[in-house]
Amino acid sequence: MAKARATWPLIAIGLAVIGVWYVGAILLNGPQVREQAAEDMGFRDFVVQTWSMERPVLPAPHQIVTELAQSLFTHSVTSPRNLLHHAWVTASAALSGLGIALALGLMLAAGIVHIPVLDRSLMPWLIASQTVPVLAIAPMVVVVLGNLGITGLLPKAAIAGYLAFFPITVGMVKGLRAADPLQIDLLRTYDARPWQVFSLLRFPASLSFLFPNLRVAMTLALVGAIVAELPTGAQAGLGARLLAGSYYGQTIQIWAALLMAAGTSMLGLAAVSLIEALVAQRRGGRL
Amino acid sequence: MVEAELLSLQTSKAAERTPNVVAARGVSLVFESGGQRVIALAGIDLTIAAGDFVSLIGPSGCGKTSLLRAIADLEHPSSGELLVNGMTPAEARKRRSYGYVFQAPALYPWRNVVRNVMLPLEIMGLPRAERLARAKHYLGLVGLRNFAEKFPWQLSGGMQQRVSIARALAFEPKLLLMDEPFGALDEITRDTLNLHLHELWRRTGTTVVFVTHSIPEAVFLSTRIVVMSARPGRVIDIIDNDLPLTRDLSLRETPEFLAVARRVREALHAGHSYD
Repeated sequence: MAKARATWPLIAIGLAVIGVWYVGAILLNGPQVREQAAEDMGFRDFVVQTWSMERPVLPAPHQIVTELAQSLFTHSVTSPRNLLHHAWVTASAALSGLGIALALGLMLAAGIVHIPVLDRSLMPWLIASQTVPVLAIAPMVVVVLGNLGITGLLPKAAIAGYLAFFPITVGMVKGLRAADPLQIDLLRTYDARPWQVFSLLRFPASLSFLFPNLRVAMTLALVGAIVAELPTGAQAGLGARLLAGSYYGQTIQIWAALLMAAGTSMLGLAAVSLIEALVAQRRGGRL
Repeated sequence: MVEAELLSLQTSKAAERTPNVVAARGVSLVFESGGQRVIALAGIDLTIAAGDFVSLIGPSGCGKTSLLRAIADLEHPSSGELLVNGMTPAEARKRRSYGYVFQAPALYPWRNVVRNVMLPLEIMGLPRAERLARAKHYLGLVGLRNFAEKFPWQLSGGMQQRVSIARALAFEPKLLLMDEPFGALDEITRDTLNLHLHELWRRTGTTVVFVTHSIPEAVFLSTRIVVMSARPGRVIDIIDNDLPLTRDLSLRETPEFLAVARRVREALHAGHSYD
């Protein structure tokens, strides 16, 4: 009952978006259809034409779905014509980047929380690092790493990590400081070592702050991996697919790749939620 | 000269017989906060013998919590000498000579009850089997044997505070420092826990230093009551409580109990008239 109440608005909004999309396709593709049409056509034919162009300004939803289904089901998973192949190339870079971001964020946060000098000196630099547009820095990273002989997955992971480490660092700094002063005093009465304070109190207390920021980091890592594929002339990956689509004006292919990217990021978010639920379960149902 | 030596020999022998668990001489504690000097403790002289149950009672701001925290090496006296088991508080803390119960239970919400009680044992590096056995034993002692697998948020405030007491007892310290442990609880729960604590103290023979606002609580639990006064925090009276050591809640209606309570109240009022 409650679930149904939550589901209906979701479906209603989805239908509304699709409706607006179809209308938008008529409006945006209309001029092109009229230009190409030799003689006057009926309104019905006109509408059908706007929804079935080969290179529309805005493809209709069913065109994108058809393209997506064709790509996913008529080619083998390893084929470069299958979007799953590209999604995996991008996702593996994003995941590696997220791993780098987690390690770096945790290290930075631990340093900031424990070393007062770092607290004052590091944070402004971290914030400054995020004001540099990733689109500007991505080619440089690729060139510099390429000169060092590092190519392939790692430069992309580095750019994904560059975007993703920030929310993780900020969340972990807050989380590592979230422990109750009484709980810290308690460990002092046990003469606990600093690493015990970290592993028994500060880190477990920070997890409820980590997960919301991990969601942000997950989507940023995927964005970073896609952006990293744009200027590098990558052969595979969702970013490469987007770029190829725009070279040849294949708008349907672009939208299919976008939809695939959205699906991949939703899968990533679901994975974070699953891990969060498992951790919460180990803690009696609460994080 | 010889007499003086003899005397000191005698006193040192007396000290051996009933070693002082806490010995404070002229202990002062001054905080600097926002450019203001706050004298939390001024010239505290106090000795607490092994097996004593000593209550520190006084109005807010009289430094009773500060004194307890100084004994625990959570605050550092600005002057004076403070010894715990004949050692500095820092040494005593490093030897884990005391258990501390805070105003709030301060349980770790991500650990279930039994793992909360095992926390100090884990830090001390006890083997797993012994950790579990001890935690279960002390949970039984505070009447929570059947709640071992529950999480803190599933327990009432009184039960959480009992868990924190079990946690303090679990590593079997000779000295228990308790900072208004029942302050946030309702009257009925408080009565029950007072009775629990009294029986626990009788059974284990642990020395207890207990901070409280409540006169009946102090009189019911203590062998000695230290009355403190605020601005600056100081000891104004130490009252020996000669009530029989086997106590139950009905004791609180007896004339003897009320007489001790009156003495404490009068001392508290005398402290207030200084202002």
